[in-house]
Amino acid sequence: MVNFREYKIGARFFGLALGGSMTITLFMPSFDLRNVNATEVALDKQLWAGHESGFSLDDPFLTGEHRPVRVTLKTDPKTGQPMASTVAYVYPAGTPLPNGVDHPDNLGNIVEQLSRDKGRIGEATKSQGAVFLLSSEPQGDGSKQFYIENASATKGWNPEEVMKAAGDENTYHASYGKAIFVREGCWWCHTLLPEETQDWQVFGAPPMLGDFNGESPTAFGSDRKAPDILHVGSRNSSREWMMLHFFNPRLVQPHSIMPRFDYLWGPIDDKGQKIDFDKWRAEYNEYVDGKRVTPPEVPMYASNSDARALIDFVLSLK
Amino acid sequence: MFKYLFARSEDIPEGSAAVYFGFSAITWFVIGTGLGAFNASKLAFPDFVTGLEFVSFGHMRQVHVHAVIFGWISMAFAMAMMYMTSALGNTKLWSEKLGIWNAFLWNVGLSLGLTLLWSGMTSGREYSDFPWFIDLYIATFMTIPLGINVWMTVINRKTQGIYTTNWFFASAVFMVSIVFIVGNLPEWFHLTGLTEAYLTWWFAHNVLGLWITPVAAAIAYYTIPKVTGNPLYSHRIGHLHFWSVVVFYSTPAAHHLMSAPLPEWLKSFASVEGVLILVPAVAFVSNILLTMQGKWNMFVENLEIRFTVTGCLMAIPLNMQGGFQQTRAINWYIHGTGWIVAHAHLALLGFSTFLEAAAVYLGLQTLMKRKLYSLTLGNLHFWFLLIGFTTYWVSMTIAGLIQGAGKIYEVPYIDVVMAEHPYMIARWIGGSLVFVGNCFWLYNMWMTARAGTVIPEGRMAHELAYER
Repeated sequence: MVNFREYKIGARFFGLALGGSMTITLFMPSFDLRNVNATEVALDKQLWAGHESGFSLDDPFLTGEHRPVRVTLKTDPKTGQPMASTVAYVYPAGTPLPNGVDHPDNLGNIVEQLSRDKGRIGEATKSQGAVFLLSSEPQGDGSKQFYIENASATKGWNPEEVMKAAGDENTYHASYGKAIFVREGCWWCHTLLPEETQDWQVFGAPPMLGDFNGESPTAFGSDRKAPDILHVGSRNSSREWMMLHFFNPRLVQPHSIMPRFDYLWGPIDDKGQKIDFDKWRAEYNEYVDGKRVTPPEVPMYASNSDARALIDFVLSLK
Repeated sequence: MFKYLFARSEDIPEGSAAVYFGFSAITWFVIGTGLGAFNASKLAFPDFVTGLEFVSFGHMRQVHVHAVIFGWISMAFAMAMMYMTSALGNTKLWSEKLGIWNAFLWNVGLSLGLTLLWSGMTSGREYSDFPWFIDLYIATFMTIPLGINVWMTVINRKTQGIYTTNWFFASAVFMVSIVFIVGNLPEWFHLTGLTEAYLTWWFAHNVLGLWITPVAAAIAYYTIPKVTGNPLYSHRIGHLHFWSVVVFYSTPAAHHLMSAPLPEWLKSFASVEGVLILVPAVAFVSNILLTMQGKWNMFVENLEIRFTVTGCLMAIPLNMQGGFQQTRAINWYIHGTGWIVAHAHLALLGFSTFLEAAAVYLGLQTLMKRKLYSLTLGNLHFWFLLIGFTTYWVSMTIAGLIQGAGKIYEVPYIDVVMAEHPYMIARWIGGSLVFVGNCFWLYNMWMTARAGTVIPEGRMAHELAYER
């Protein structure tokens, strides 16, 4: 009965219909998307965000294992001599390399060729680690073409020396911060996509075609219940404000409906003292009830806490 | 049920797999809507329960979404397939044992996946949030075994033709497996950037368009003729519905990203195809409502018909929204606002849930051969669901319009948050009503199994009078 003639014809038409729809919606756009050249924004983002910000075998519980850091160098890591402030992206040994480096067809032809020939990205390995720079080459028309430079190959910088030369205060854990952004579900309310038709004045310019190459996940968000934060670092660069806002958003914005993220502080503050959350909440409730004039002091986060990484991430969204 | 996992297939009573799926679905519905109501409370009162990572909004939102989609809706679908496919083929389910294992592994996999999501282990992709090994599990142990059972039952049917419902079932179980495998390409091959964003929404669009919408409609094609006794109004319109779903519903994925820098031709194409979704919608609604001719009294008197017809009526606003809200002229206003949240709940909690609830009511009574324990509880369930959902939908639509106005006039965002506050409270009340209604339902079905009047051989559940 399977060989009923109508069903043979129907099955073929079904294949044609579904195959046709897949050709149009998957195969054809892939040509457009493959030809996109990565912009400066995309190169910077994939270098600080690293290989993957969601679940991966390198960091299955999204707790910050095997993540790159972004540093600002003021001295040459080799010679110790002062130099012009330079941003470097440090991938310690064992950290998966950024997507533009270990994935073919990710940066677009022009950027990929420059990064390979001039930037020597082919010489970077996960087992040794690497330090990357965002470099540019002047073009004939006066513009600049950006590419990835593997400073471990071109300058002989190794990850440990660069981290040491930069110091903790010039190190930004934005990659881990983005993983926390995904893990804690910040993107369920804060979108990363100012819209093309409006949003320009408040949330800044919408992203361009080449601004995403190498980013995973893009986490645009679809259900905006809070301000778009793609450019939040340009609007507000205050660490103190961010710290108060994460600990309890109602401290800086009484009408906010954002959850408190005080648990990202972990058990201890920056001096190694245990944080007494119950006492803090009790005193805060007294403040809300009008029994205190000022809210209790927000403890300073430890330099290896989740709160620090998340603030590093938010401030890198320029 | 567990004793049947290792029984010989012929020793397992007919319908066991469907009953197992049915009760699992109701239980996930209670869990999923409970989580939804709790999440809503946090949007209304952010300090309600605070300071604990595992009850924070960001950890629970996706658990709610996946509990209702893969727990409630998909298991109710599997339940319907387990008994409708065989009934319409005038045969038995191909393998009760496979069905029992399918339901068991479904519950195990979903519990595991939701626990991981809750702990924050996520791919960071909306609707395909599960890490890739859970996606692999879903395809291998959930959708493909279900597909095999449905296909083998259709192939071994004892009728010559295949009824409308079974075209949809057979093609949807095939398509959902394809959608799962293709939609998770970003995770299998670590695709990045716009490709990743586009495929995320390709998955999200098609899991609704090629799984939830057609299967829900297929269920109504069974329930209405079966309970009213009227033949389906038109087989031809059924054809139109089927083919237009396959052709038009599988293409507009890009309309979810109208504000992203995707190729313009792709967005325009998706937008036009998106309007054409009205073709299957009109075909379906007209076919079902015309089948009701002469039996409209059952809309009042019979619980299953009331649920199904209400669901069909909700398909009208659903598709009018769905067809037009994605065009550029409207999308710029409402994109990313509560309007979309209201629309998504109209699709899943309105249209689809009402059709599946009818199928579960009908199937459990038929297979357990017991009349529904209490009509009063059934009525309470219906009205709690309908009033709760309507409260939710109206409040979120208004909140979305406020957000849209705030967006285009560039109002400071905090003013939008303050203006939305009353609607967030209404949303929470609506969600809580749905949750309470579902608790009644679970109790009612449990009591039907234990104390419902036995349906005599050769009679159908709806032919007996309600007793309580």
